[in-house]
Amino acid sequence: MRRIVSIVALGLVLASCSSNLPQSSLNPKSVEAQKIDGLWILVFSIATVIFFAVQIALIVSIVRWRRRPGDDSEPKQTHGNTRLEIVWTIIPAVILAVIAVPTLRTLFELRAPATGDVLRVKVTGHQWWWEFEYPDIVGPDGRPLITANELHIPAGRTTELEMTSADVIHSFWVPPLAGKRDLVPGLTTYIKITPLESAAGEVIPGQCAEYCWLGHADMRVKVHVDAPDDFETWAAGQLEPAPVPTTGAAVGGFETFSGVCATCHQANVRQPDGTVETIGTAIGPDLTHFASRDTFGAGILENTAEHLAAWIDDPSALKPMAPELNDLDRGRVLGMPDYGLDPDQIAELVELLESWK
Amino acid sequence: MAVATREQAPAAADRGLWSWITTVDHKRIGIMYAVAAFIFFLIGGFEALLIRTQLAQPNGTVLSAEAYNQIFTMHGLTMVFAVIMPIAAAFQNYFVPLQIGARDVAFPRINAFAFWLFFFSALFLYTSFLFGGAPDGAWVGYAPLSTQLTEYVRMDYYSVGAQLLGVASLAGSINFIATIFTMRAPGMSLMRMPVFVWMTVVTSFLLILSLPVIGVGLWQMLFDRNFGTLFYAAQAQGDPLLWQHLFWIFGHPEVYVLILPAMGIVSEILPVMSRKPLFGYAFVVFSGIAIGFLGFGVWAHHMFTAGLGPVAEAGFGLATMLIAIPTGVKIFNWIGTTWGGRLKLTTPMLFSLGFISMFVIGGLSGVTHSIVPADTQQHDSYYIVAHFHYVLFGGAVLGYMAGAYYWFPKWTGKMLSETIGKWHFWITLIGFNLTFAPQHILGLDGMPRRTYRYDAGLGWDGWNMMSTIGSYLIAVGVLVFIWNIIRSWRNGEPAGNDPWDGRTLEWTTSSPPPVHNFDEVPVVHHVDDFWYRKYGVDEEGRAVKMPEVSGGALTVDTDSGGEDADGDAHDIHMPSPSYFPIIASLGVVTIGAGLVFISSGAIGFALLALGAIVSLWGFMGWAGEPITKEAH
Repeated sequence: MRRIVSIVALGLVLASCSSNLPQSSLNPKSVEAQKIDGLWILVFSIATVIFFAVQIALIVSIVRWRRRPGDDSEPKQTHGNTRLEIVWTIIPAVILAVIAVPTLRTLFELRAPATGDVLRVKVTGHQWWWEFEYPDIVGPDGRPLITANELHIPAGRTTELEMTSADVIHSFWVPPLAGKRDLVPGLTTYIKITPLESAAGEVIPGQCAEYCWLGHADMRVKVHVDAPDDFETWAAGQLEPAPVPTTGAAVGGFETFSGVCATCHQANVRQPDGTVETIGTAIGPDLTHFASRDTFGAGILENTAEHLAAWIDDPSALKPMAPELNDLDRGRVLGMPDYGLDPDQIAELVELLESWK
Repeated sequence: MAVATREQAPAAADRGLWSWITTVDHKRIGIMYAVAAFIFFLIGGFEALLIRTQLAQPNGTVLSAEAYNQIFTMHGLTMVFAVIMPIAAAFQNYFVPLQIGARDVAFPRINAFAFWLFFFSALFLYTSFLFGGAPDGAWVGYAPLSTQLTEYVRMDYYSVGAQLLGVASLAGSINFIATIFTMRAPGMSLMRMPVFVWMTVVTSFLLILSLPVIGVGLWQMLFDRNFGTLFYAAQAQGDPLLWQHLFWIFGHPEVYVLILPAMGIVSEILPVMSRKPLFGYAFVVFSGIAIGFLGFGVWAHHMFTAGLGPVAEAGFGLATMLIAIPTGVKIFNWIGTTWGGRLKLTTPMLFSLGFISMFVIGGLSGVTHSIVPADTQQHDSYYIVAHFHYVLFGGAVLGYMAGAYYWFPKWTGKMLSETIGKWHFWITLIGFNLTFAPQHILGLDGMPRRTYRYDAGLGWDGWNMMSTIGSYLIAVGVLVFIWNIIRSWRNGEPAGNDPWDGRTLEWTTSSPPPVHNFDEVPVVHHVDDFWYRKYGVDEEGRAVKMPEVSGGALTVDTDSGGEDADGDAHDIHMPSPSYFPIIASLGVVTIGAGLVFISSGAIGFALLALGAIVSLWGFMGWAGEPITKEAH
């Protein structure tokens, strides 16, 4: 028993000290996550005391009152002790009442609507990726900033996520930044995140926490906590349309993009004559600034030319999906199909997408 | 001891498969529940090993995502509906009538029907692997994922399978309530009933009140999938959260259905092995009832991340905290029972003490879920997986293992080996903690549940490997248990009627008991009546063995004045065997199969029609058959 206790205790200590636990709720990096962590430490401490008290009482009773060989005496037949029983009914009630106060206070604080200088981000969960739209960051063409799977938020300022789902229930969980919140079709749910100033420059991983079928394990998210200036720079860059190429392999890539990829993906592009237009359909992730992301496939693949070529060649080989069950009329999208592009087309597409920084 | 007359007992003393198929004897039905539950325990355990093997290392390749989803869903469904519920039913069937001094249950044929319906439904659920895959929407079957893909019948299997298993449990529960309320031996007032019987009352009421709720939810799921209704479809003003409410109004009381009978068993074993009465009998009984009541007011703590709003979350969080109070009372009373005793550290006692120790951990982690903001970090992570395995394995399974060691002698007339039993206990306890303690840390470190793979570099590798090693150790423990059963069944030490110096009425009769349980119906004067027939107390309050009455110590006061007094085993009329319950249950399961394949057209309708005819045959035959056929 004691060994188990020490394993658990040691583990928790290690877990909270170690720096190589990027997705741990015990390494809070936002004001909100710190509040939750503070509450957790309080409750865990009380629970640890109760744990030792009860286990020690049990062990003492076993050791002290075990029948020894040759002892045939009978024990005193006690049936109970009402006073004692009332005491050990009331003590837990009092402890719980004490815990309830900070619990409710923190709960209402975390659930209160964000006020002041708040960055709003609309989050839509899809099988199996995340769509982020910044409704208040709008380009000259009137199009808001739209990106996928990698969320950028400024350090030291509150971001409020307004979340819903396009298909089944998902849950947004980036443990160092906030407790999880479900994305439910037909409902809007909210998370507030105020990253610590000290977290600026960090990329914090998280993932979907509500089982959503085949790609659930691969529905990851990365949150870039940017210094405020870096965030402005990033946002300005994202509002720029992607250039339509005029030379090189990317020209062919754009043809394929317009003919095939645009069935499901959107890009905001600037034609050589300077006109800006949005091409494609917003079914899959927006690809305008695909190359600016560190990863793709909802965080499962590092964004390299080789990975991208392999992905376009056979997406389901890298991430379990069910595109054969796609039914666009019913709004059901279960992954990217293999379009059977030939290697040259794929190479051209990779050239194009990796140029859209 | 009136052993000589036992062999001449009337009705169904015969052997052979047919006698088991047609039996309405609660003891045989109990044994069949136990055997079936154990088989499903091995299947569910094998699924668990597959899961742990897949997760032993980052990006495991043992199972595909598609296979993993089916395996973890079936692991959950199997362990809840086909292992823990039926093993509880096994003990309840066998021992509730014996503990209340009854010769049978109130509705023997409903009892047989409930068993066969459970057994065929669970088998039927497993036929899904042959027809396009097993349910893969997790055991909670959240909408709208569960209604999204109608190309597969996987979640139709879920909907119908859970429905059928629920009907079986309902039938069983009604039988237990009727039995306990109407068939207790003379003098056995409610507050003289063994705690195990009390917990059976509570769980039966929980099931009767909660199963209809999920029944509605499951029908709605089936209709959404097959008949175009939109109960859970957000795009048509349906509500995906409706399913979650319906599921958890059932699902939370269900947790207590799984654990309360184990608490009852432990409350039986601790006094016997401590040689002291249960500390605070009334407190233990009423805390069990309180847990049952509160269990209906906390369902939304499974939905703290779903967006119910802070007021509802605060209410459900506080209600959840309240449950810790009666649970704590039980634990303190159990420790109080051992305090000052002469503890015989037999295998059932070790499992009972292990139960208390592990359940404390599960209980404490449960309290951390009521801290709503903290729960938003724990929910759907491995922390939750760790928590409910501490409750359902560290609690329920250890409790039922304790029961198995305690009551095996009554079932078979032979003792399980104590030496092997102790190996079994320690291997299981160590393996269990090795498996599930690290999962607390994994969850807090951000590992979500129901994920078939994870990347290296998140600090999860070592804990996952440890957990997998632990799961194999549990499997070794199960093998040791099987070895113990086989060995002891063949050459176990003879048990006699009362191997543990027991306190309750099942120990007054032979091991195994005759078909009619008691030659003479006992008359009860005390809680733990049998103990007071053997022991008195001296002036210091210590137990003193009473002098043996002529003819053996086991003479039981009987209801000699009443008109039911038979005194002669030959005149006891037990219900006759019947094959109609098994036919009716086959018919009902066939109707279920028809519902699963209803959208396939002809096959579905043919199965429905066949099922209707067979059920009608079964139920009509049953209705027209006299309960006791005239004896020879």
